[in-house]
Amino acid sequence: MKFNIILCLMALCVMQARAQKYSTIKSSVVFFSDAPIEDITADNKSGIALLDVASKQVAFSIPIAEFIFEKALMQEHFNEKYMETEKYPKASFQGTLNNLSMTTHTDQSVVASGKLNIHGVTRDVSIPGTIRVETDGTIKLRSTFVVQLKDYKISIPKLLWENIAEQVEVTIDFTLQPKS
Amino acid sequence: MRLSIVVLIVLFSASFIPLAHAQDDLLKELEASEPDKKILTEATFKGTRAVNGHSVETKGEGELEFLISHRFGRLNSGAYNFWGLDDAFIRLGFEYGITDKLGVGIGRNSFNKIYDGYVKYKIVGQSTGSVSFPVTITGFASAGIQTFPRSIDDPSLDFFDRATYTYQLLIARKFSPGLSLQLTPTIVHSNRVDQQILNNDQYALGLAGRYKLTRSLSLNAEYFYRINPVENSPYYNSLAFGFDIETGGHIFQLIVSNTQGMVERTIINETAGDFTKGDIHFGFNITRTFQLKRN
Repeated sequence: MKFNIILCLMALCVMQARAQKYSTIKSSVVFFSDAPIEDITADNKSGIALLDVASKQVAFSIPIAEFIFEKALMQEHFNEKYMETEKYPKASFQGTLNNLSMTTHTDQSVVASGKLNIHGVTRDVSIPGTIRVETDGTIKLRSTFVVQLKDYKISIPKLLWENIAEQVEVTIDFTLQPKS
Repeated sequence: MRLSIVVLIVLFSASFIPLAHAQDDLLKELEASEPDKKILTEATFKGTRAVNGHSVETKGEGELEFLISHRFGRLNSGAYNFWGLDDAFIRLGFEYGITDKLGVGIGRNSFNKIYDGYVKYKIVGQSTGSVSFPVTITGFASAGIQTFPRSIDDPSLDFFDRATYTYQLLIARKFSPGLSLQLTPTIVHSNRVDQQILNNDQYALGLAGRYKLTRSLSLNAEYFYRINPVENSPYYNSLAFGFDIETGGHIFQLIVSNTQGMVERTIINETAGDFTKGDIHFGFNITRTFQLKRN
């Protein structure tokens, strides 16, 4: 009987180890557009991410309304005209990393392949980035990738004068710790 | 022993279940853990004016708006007056956002040579999420000084005789991304009026709406119902329709209305045209927003 209990506990431990996930403690998502009149940039600190170490699965979700612009009017246009935030409040990604070593404490180049959803449109993408497993047990996830507006059916209104570029650069920087 | 093996197998299989499901559910798990936030509803109206009157919107912090308004003569005044375009009144105004909620404005209107100043404060914003509130409420108070006629021409008028104060509670709801409606209880107090035709205290209820036709174009309408007009008042309730065309830093509002006024006293109390008889004025508001202070 005692043997049974030990086995059961071992099985539970296996379950624990396999389900080890990391969640966000700090995040930054920066949006940058190299526009003809002026560069447009916005910063978002409210993105969240989840990394499943065992399965190398990674997911993140970014609330669009939380992008802060220098100009209030630009922020309103971004939400109301481009992103239609009331209809599509979030952008999200779910995918798998091509490799991940938990014992290396230097920058690891990785590629996350999966589905990126922006403005209600989901596309298969491969996002290159770096991962660093810190000695204190936290994980840093960084990536810079380019989003083509037309791929996600984001159209630029003809009447808008402060036109943004056809493609924007997105930089994400997440710090994760083991999920309690 | 057989039982323990069964238990073991069950548990061992169970340990793989989260793994098997992780593939599909990591994003769901992530989104379930997302903190529920208060989300303020943006852009109930495009401009600080619904049509003639104010909307619930105030300027963002550090934004300065330059507002140029024109109201022409009556469309039914014939070809000789070029359907009203010969008789234009103009108001030049500035509005500044001290904070995202508090705005101040000044203006000068050539109709009756009125100077006006106002304060607007967004008391509460419509929101969803963790804190949900159905409407945006903005308080508005303005003072207007009518400098026509000059004291030389009418020595009986002192400074305070020329003053009018307006108090409004602007209550609006954005029902959908396309449709917003506003209710505006109003008091207009004028220190001196001709009591045969006007009240010192005029109570009114304003109704305004916006319907978005495209992302940059909306159709607006506005009506002010006077609750206590004097008997046999020569004036009418004001009715106005407008198109808002937004082009980034500018908003163009093309307007048809039976009032030629651009401040509350003349819009609400002294609308002289009968819309149904074609006493309609064409007009426009053009706004340009300058960002003076950056976030």
